[in-house]
Amino acid sequence: MAYSDKVVDHYNNPRNVGTLDKSSTEVGTGLVGAPECGDVMRLQIRVNPETQVIEEAKFKTFGCGSAIASSSLATEWIKGRTVEDAMAIKNTDIVKELSLPPVKIHCSVLAEDAIRAAIGDWKKKNGVAETAAAETSAH
Amino acid sequence: MSTVASQIEVPAGVTLPIYMDNHATSPLDPRVLEAMMPYFTNKFGNAASRNHSFGWEAEQAVEAAREQIAKLIGATAKEIIFTSGATESDNLAIKGIAEMYRERGNHIITQVTEHKAVLDTCKRLEKYGYRVTYLPVKADGLIDLEDLKRAMDDKTILVTIMSANNEIGVLQPIREIGKICHEKGVLFHTDAVQSVGKVPINVIADNIDVLSLSGHKIYGPKGVGALYVRRRNPRVQIAAQIDGGGHERGMRSGTLNVPGIVGLGKACEIAFNEMDSEAAYLRGLRDRLKAKLESELDYIHVNGTMEHRLPGNLNVSFVYVEGESLLMGINDVAVSSGSACTSATLEPSYVLKALGLGDDVAHSSIRFGLGRFNTQAEVDYVAAKVIDIVKKLRELSPLYEMVKEGIDLTKIEWQAH
Repeated sequence: MAYSDKVVDHYNNPRNVGTLDKSSTEVGTGLVGAPECGDVMRLQIRVNPETQVIEEAKFKTFGCGSAIASSSLATEWIKGRTVEDAMAIKNTDIVKELSLPPVKIHCSVLAEDAIRAAIGDWKKKNGVAETAAAETSAH
Repeated sequence: MSTVASQIEVPAGVTLPIYMDNHATSPLDPRVLEAMMPYFTNKFGNAASRNHSFGWEAEQAVEAAREQIAKLIGATAKEIIFTSGATESDNLAIKGIAEMYRERGNHIITQVTEHKAVLDTCKRLEKYGYRVTYLPVKADGLIDLEDLKRAMDDKTILVTIMSANNEIGVLQPIREIGKICHEKGVLFHTDAVQSVGKVPINVIADNIDVLSLSGHKIYGPKGVGALYVRRRNPRVQIAAQIDGGGHERGMRSGTLNVPGIVGLGKACEIAFNEMDSEAAYLRGLRDRLKAKLESELDYIHVNGTMEHRLPGNLNVSFVYVEGESLLMGINDVAVSSGSACTSATLEPSYVLKALGLGDDVAHSSIRFGLGRFNTQAEVDYVAAKVIDIVKKLRELSPLYEMVKEGIDLTKIEWQAH
């Protein structure tokens, strides 16, 4: 399979690889996917409690090149956004940016899930779970 | 910033990309090409033309090839039927026997890690009223002979078990399987595509009645194969699946592919002469590759037994690294993966799953297929490159980090999607 230049670039030089302290109240962790499906993404955010801006984002991914690229791109995009802004990122944006072929769309879905899971975890820790639930049901 | 891109130095004498996927196909040996060339141009006759020298010349070449093939497997020339390749040979053997022996019984025994050319042929026969038993394999990839004995009944007409597996290279105990079949009066077919020319095979000593082989796996041309059909003790009969001019003793009609057949014959002759030294050479390269990988990397899982295995095969799971992402990092090396992402079906390898491996381990597998033209310098480069990329991808792997922290991955509630 031929990969787009952007996928190759993210694969060769993944952005924001790493681990944040998941016990910190400022950190939200999303772990999505399953090993038996061939992809697992862990995306973490550190949110400024005053501004609700995502100041740091880190990921680690077990998966194909497109999965690695999708999660790498996701961390780039959410950094500097508020949590509400970050929730607006759609998997279709990732598909477009990385020119993912149809068989790789699930990688982008997983990246969107990872963003939501990380934000959900942060909200839960900081007592804003109800807002998150309301927003989810609105979709 | 972390980076996955590799900067492993390419040793002198190594040209990229490196081909290490010889179970898929093998390069044509230049000696084979040389033998074939005249039969494309000057010696173009139809081997079935009985009344002029062009035909005689072609026929002579075909008969010489028949001898070369027969010699490699301990058969006689008259027992060799030419086909378009091993898929056709498998189809002809299984369907041809099923049809011919229908009155004697309708039960066929095979096993789960066969090539699709065998499995899908058996599945089709099931639609036509045949019963098929698919024997399981043990964790080492081998069938249990007691399972085979138990599966046989008075309606069993054929056992078809491959000699060497195309993914994990394990060698089934064909001699014992053949012996059991002969004791019960059941025919034994083996798909020997991967093993002919690689390990010794003798149809008499190994109790084989019907055997499929292919040209392009043994440094011969694509589009040509053969079927060995035993002529005595017992005399095996096969119903033709392609009707026409009655070529190949009526078993396979169609004008013979003379240049291809000449090439297949030459490939078999070379294999006969060089098999022992080549097997030792490939085993050395394979063991060197394995030792290098194991010395630098943890959580490596070799798939299938090392004890009964093709000399050039190594199938390894680099656990916690997904196979396709690894292939992407070693893109100047041609190998295969059992990862779902590399298959058309998006399912991980059914062969690896049959060994009882979890899907996660199957997703992480790489098949190295060493061949005649691989060198030690290539092996050293490939080992260094794989080690480098696996280490980098594990830095990226949440699973590897979790395992290193002592987390039991099986205890986590994963969100399968």
